[in-house]
Amino acid sequence: MYYAVTIATLVTMALALLRAVLGPSVYDRVLAVNMLGTKTVLLLSVIAFLYGRPDFLDLALAYALINFIGVLAVLEFFRSRALRRSAERGARQ
Amino acid sequence: MIVIFGIFLLTLLVITAIAIVRTDNLFVAVMLMGIASLLIAANFFLLDAADVALTEAAVGAGISTVLFLGALALTSERERAKSSNRLLSFIVVAAAALILIYATFDKPRFGDPEAPVQTHVAPWYLEKTPEYIDIPNVVTAVLGSFRGYDTLGEVFVVFTAGIGVLFLLGGGKATGTVPEEKINEGLRHHLIPRVVGRILIPFILLFGLYVQFHGEYGPGGGFQAGAIIAAAIILFALLEGEKRALSVLPERVLLGLMACGPLLYGAVGLAGILLGGNFLDYSVLSSDPVKGQQLGILLIEAGVGITVTGVLLGIFHAFAARGR
Amino acid sequence: MSALLDTLSWVLLTLGGLSVLVGGIGALRMPDLYTRMHAASVTDSLGAILVLGGIMLQAGWSLATIKLIAILLFLLLTSPTSSNALASAALLAGTRPFAEAGQDEEAPK
Repeated sequence: MYYAVTIATLVTMALALLRAVLGPSVYDRVLAVNMLGTKTVLLLSVIAFLYGRPDFLDLALAYALINFIGVLAVLEFFRSRALRRSAERGARQ
Repeated sequence: MIVIFGIFLLTLLVITAIAIVRTDNLFVAVMLMGIASLLIAANFFLLDAADVALTEAAVGAGISTVLFLGALALTSERERAKSSNRLLSFIVVAAAALILIYATFDKPRFGDPEAPVQTHVAPWYLEKTPEYIDIPNVVTAVLGSFRGYDTLGEVFVVFTAGIGVLFLLGGGKATGTVPEEKINEGLRHHLIPRVVGRILIPFILLFGLYVQFHGEYGPGGGFQAGAIIAAAIILFALLEGEKRALSVLPERVLLGLMACGPLLYGAVGLAGILLGGNFLDYSVLSSDPVKGQQLGILLIEAGVGITVTGVLLGIFHAFAARGR
Repeated sequence: MSALLDTLSWVLLTLGGLSVLVGGIGALRMPDLYTRMHAASVTDSLGAILVLGGIMLQAGWSLATIKLIAILLFLLLTSPTSSNALASAALLAGTRPFAEAGQDEEAPK
C-alpha cells in the first residue's frame, strides 16, 4: 500500500522535472521546483514509514521549511532585478 | 523495490544534469541545481543515510540556491560564448571518467556483507559506541569522538571558506543606481509572504535548535542545525530587507560567531590536554569517562553549529551588500 | 476497530496517490502558467492532506503523529503562500493568462 503511493509520487516528480526542463518561461520552472519540493516531503514521509523508522520524519519537516525559503529567494531576485533594470533604464534616458 | 526507487531517482538526476549543461540561461541552471540537490537528498535517504540527507537538504536546496541567486544578481544571467578549445577538455574529462569507472571494478558489490568495511570497520564502531560513548546515534559518535580530528579539520575548512569569501567580497560599497531605501526593503510590500514568513521564522529557529541538540539521538548535529538556523535568518533578511537583518545581527556578531566556533572546538581539545589526557580526548572532561565523552560531543557540536551559522550568514551578507 | 482504521488508511492513501498523480499530469498538460499553478496546488494541498492523513492513521497516537501534524501544518501554510508569491511576481512581470487575447508581453524566457 505504501508502494503505490511512493510510485505515484515518483511519477509526479518525473512529470514536474519534465515541466522544469521544458517550461517556456522561468515561472514555469520555479513552479516545477516548488512542486518537486513538496512532493519530496511527501516521498520522505511515506518512505520513513515504509522503513519503519519514524524518527526520520525530521528530514521531511526540515525540507518543508527550507523549500519555502528557496521560492522566496527567487522572488527577491526578480524584484531586485526589476528595480535595477528600471533604474538603469531611467539613468540612460 | 527500494533499489528500483533509487535507480529511478538517479535517472531523474541524470536528466537534470543533462538539462543543466545544455541550458545557457544561468537562472534556469540554478533552479535545476536545486532540483538536483533534492534528488540526491532523497537518494541518500533511500540508502538509509539520514544525517547526510538532512545536511544535503538543508544546505543544498535552501542555502545554495539563495547564494547562487545572490551571485547571479551581481553578474549577468546568460552564459558567455563558449571557448573554442573543446577537444582538449573533452579528452581530459573522458580520461578522468574512464579512470573512475575502471576504479569501480574492484569495489565490492553494493550491500555485500563480506566487504571489508562491513567486517572490520562497521562492527567495531557498532560494538564500541555503547561501551565508550553510549549515545544511540552512531554517526554522531563517529563524527564527534572517534573521528574528532576530521571534524576539527572540517570546521576549519568552513571557517577558511568564510574568510576567503569575506576577503574577496567584503566591504562593498553601494554603486548607487538604485535608491537605497527601495532596494533595502525586501519583500515588505508583499503582504502574504511577509506575514507567513514572520510566523514561520521562530519555528524554524526552534527546529534548528532541536536538530542541534537531538543529534545524539536521531539524525542531526551541528552542520545541519547551523544551516537551518542560517536559513531562518536569511528568510528574515529576504522578507524585511538587508538593512533590518543587519541591525538584528550586526556584522561584528557574525564575525564573532565565525571565530568563536573553531575557538570552542579547539578549546575543548586543549581542555583535554590540560586535564591530563590527549588532545580531543573527551573522557577526562568529567569524572565518569562516558559522561565526559557525551559532554565533549555536546560542546563540539555546538562549536560546529556556531561556525556554520556564522559563515553562511557572513557569505550571504557579503553577496547581498555588494550589488547595491 | 483496527481493521476499520486500516481500511480508512488504505482509502486515504489511494486517493492521495491519485490526486498527486492527477496534479502532476495537469501541471504538464495545462496550456498556461496560471492553469499549471492550479494543477500543482492540487497536489500540494489535497494530496498532502490525504497522504499524510493516511499515514497518521497508521501511526496511531505517538510522537510520529505529532511530527506528521507539524509537517502537514507547515505544508498547508507555506505552499499556498509560495503559489501566491509566484503568481504575483509573474503578474507584475507581465505574464498574461491564456484567456486574454494577447500573449506574454515581457515574460522573461
